[in-house]
Amino acid sequence: MSFVEYSEVIQDSDVAIIYLGHNSVMPVKVQHGAQTQTRYGVIRHSSDLIGQRYGSKVTCSKGGWVYVLHPTPELWTVSLPHRTQILYTTDIATITMMLDLKPGSVVCESGTGSGSLSHAILRTIAPTGHLHTVEFHQQRAEKAAEEFREHRVSHLVTVRNQDVCKDGFGVMGVADAIFLDIPSPWEAVGHAKAALKKHGGRLCSFSPCIEQVQKTAEALTDHGFEEINTLEVLLRVHDVRTVSLPLPDFGPDCSAHPEPDAMEAPPPAPSQTSINIKTTTPPRELPGHTGYLTFATKPRT
Amino acid sequence: MADNGDDEDHYRIKEGDYVVLKRGDIYKSVQILPKKKVIFEKQWIFLDNVVGCLYGNTFEIRSGGGLQLQNTKTTESPPDSKVAGTDNRNIIDDGKSQKLTKDDIEKLKDQGLKGQEIIQQLIENSATFSNKTEYAQDKYIKKKKKKYENTVTVLRPTCRILAMMYHGREPGKICHLRYDTLAQMLTLANIHANSKVLVFETCAGLVLGSIMERMGGHGTVVQMFPGGGPVRAGVESFGFPAHFYETLHEFPICHLNALEAGILDTFAKAPDAGEKESNMTAEEEDVLPGADPQGDSPEEQRMETVSADDKVQDQKKQEEEKRREAKAQEKKVKQEEKQRKLAAAAARLDGRNADGLVIASRFHPCPVLLRLLRFLSPSRPFVVYSQYLEPLIECYTKLKEQGGAVSLKLTDTWLRHYQDIVPAERPEFSRNSPPTRGRDCCRGVAPPPLKSSFISDVVLRLFHVLNPLYKNKIFTKNP
Repeated sequence: MSFVEYSEVIQDSDVAIIYLGHNSVMPVKVQHGAQTQTRYGVIRHSSDLIGQRYGSKVTCSKGGWVYVLHPTPELWTVSLPHRTQILYTTDIATITMMLDLKPGSVVCESGTGSGSLSHAILRTIAPTGHLHTVEFHQQRAEKAAEEFREHRVSHLVTVRNQDVCKDGFGVMGVADAIFLDIPSPWEAVGHAKAALKKHGGRLCSFSPCIEQVQKTAEALTDHGFEEINTLEVLLRVHDVRTVSLPLPDFGPDCSAHPEPDAMEAPPPAPSQTSINIKTTTPPRELPGHTGYLTFATKPRT
Repeated sequence: MADNGDDEDHYRIKEGDYVVLKRGDIYKSVQILPKKKVIFEKQWIFLDNVVGCLYGNTFEIRSGGGLQLQNTKTTESPPDSKVAGTDNRNIIDDGKSQKLTKDDIEKLKDQGLKGQEIIQQLIENSATFSNKTEYAQDKYIKKKKKKYENTVTVLRPTCRILAMMYHGREPGKICHLRYDTLAQMLTLANIHANSKVLVFETCAGLVLGSIMERMGGHGTVVQMFPGGGPVRAGVESFGFPAHFYETLHEFPICHLNALEAGILDTFAKAPDAGEKESNMTAEEEDVLPGADPQGDSPEEQRMETVSADDKVQDQKKQEEEKRREAKAQEKKVKQEEKQRKLAAAAARLDGRNADGLVIASRFHPCPVLLRLLRFLSPSRPFVVYSQYLEPLIECYTKLKEQGGAVSLKLTDTWLRHYQDIVPAERPEFSRNSPPTRGRDCCRGVAPPPLKSSFISDVVLRLFHVLNPLYKNKIFTKNP
């Protein structure tokens, strides 16, 4: 198991994802002799997990069952322990494509936060790329580094505990892409420019407030970035359901001339009272605003 | 480590490269071929001069279509940049504000004036320009730039650029797949290096190419295709190195039944059976089954009774015979190659252990999905795109009924672009203004509302699904 490569069978010290039901997933550190409590009962790692195929159904002690899934960054995003507000897959997917990320890309990121985006980046840039991630909070930086180790991706990432606005990313002229998710991204633009390759690269800044976006865009222009554009992506989920629509009753058929052979025909069957249709309904609440994504290109210098 | 001059070569444009031409929001994918005329935004250009230049360079289009590297960044603001009005109450739209006529402008063009210089002239000869508000001035300049700018930038193709290009130019070819939806698909399907991905798409190869880009030449991609042959024009536009294609396989869905019944090999050996992919001409078809040069063909028998006068004709016949043999041999080699490829693709599928499945086509997704799911390992994601909602509702419903998939979600993404956060045409202004103040604080006016265009046009339906499970197991209900 690793977050950048699939495997078939669950092994000791893997991180697996337990699927409990719709929208309910939890990560589990697989260990000989360990047990995990779920609402369906206890899962015994040695007998229920180790040696089983990923994707299997596991019956818990109370008799209920769950599925064990191979971890992916997307599953991690919805199951990881939050230390900060995180980025969700919708934004992550947009960022990945708009920054032209692919195997071999070198990326600088700040702040690491809870590592949601970090894992997605690592998956995309493996096996030949590298992620330099900067987090100014010491415990969070340490926790992130620990998780990267457990997820078998630490060879692809360097975590630095420093303030990106003061000290930059710790590298110069190596990055293909920069990602900023900090309160004052305009203060880091200069460092971002220095970290990017001489040949140019892409940059993305994520900010919840439009005022932050304006300031960042101005800083980007001042530093010679081009193709500055800001966008927002929202995900709408459709609930598939069967809906029963009643048919109106206009009263019995009142035609004046009965047919001569009407006596032979059987009386008409009672008409349908409703029609079932399969359709989708939008969710009750509109999707929430996460943040604005500002992209830019650093030209060759 | 900073990069050195050695990898400069990697950033230089070479002949034969696939590039993307760009001006503003307009993109076009072309191949750099010598002396080839290319049409871009209603202008004919020759790309010869870009060879040897660096990717990202911008070129001026000279008269005659040749390209010249733009030396300096000619983005000086017009001299009146600091003079602007506050509103348009006194601006009368009588069509007489511009002193230059169409002919005047043509003359300027003929004189060889660059786009930027023409715009400068238009501004100086406009009676109302200095009365416009800053925003109106920006809008005016932007509009004129679009019309008179004569530059083109040469970019290296990427999934982002090509997806935006296809969506802007030929959305019908890609089933109207919007680029942000494509982005979601690539991530949700967990496309990454060293995995095995099955693709079924009729999006001109854009989806396939994007997947290949995200795999970086590591792993395996098997393209399932309908009909005679896989469409891959879009893949070429990515300009992948040759070794990427070693990871790419293709398998015709018309052989799927045979594959699953285990009789694919024998089926494919028959020369006429199902070989719709072969480019047989009628003539060659006649030659192939009967072209047995070792046998006593009628030609050979005739040659025995030939007279001296017919010797020339004989020679001709012999040469023709040789050509036919050569063709038959070529045909044989091609067929063997095709067999080999088919077998290789079949071998990739036989394990039923693909790591990902992506479907994006004009076909009804339901039968495709239910069929191809069989080739997916347990605990692996799949994604289905459809332009329309109802077919995906059917997929969702059928999957729920038959079981074997969890975390099914039917979603679509909405995208909104924000314009004019900072107008790039006025670098002087933003440089001179005090850093802490916003654009309009010096005039005591509230910031204007940001323009945005909410793209919800073709309401795209993305079927977001995670993780099919162990398929052939008996599911017992929860007690």
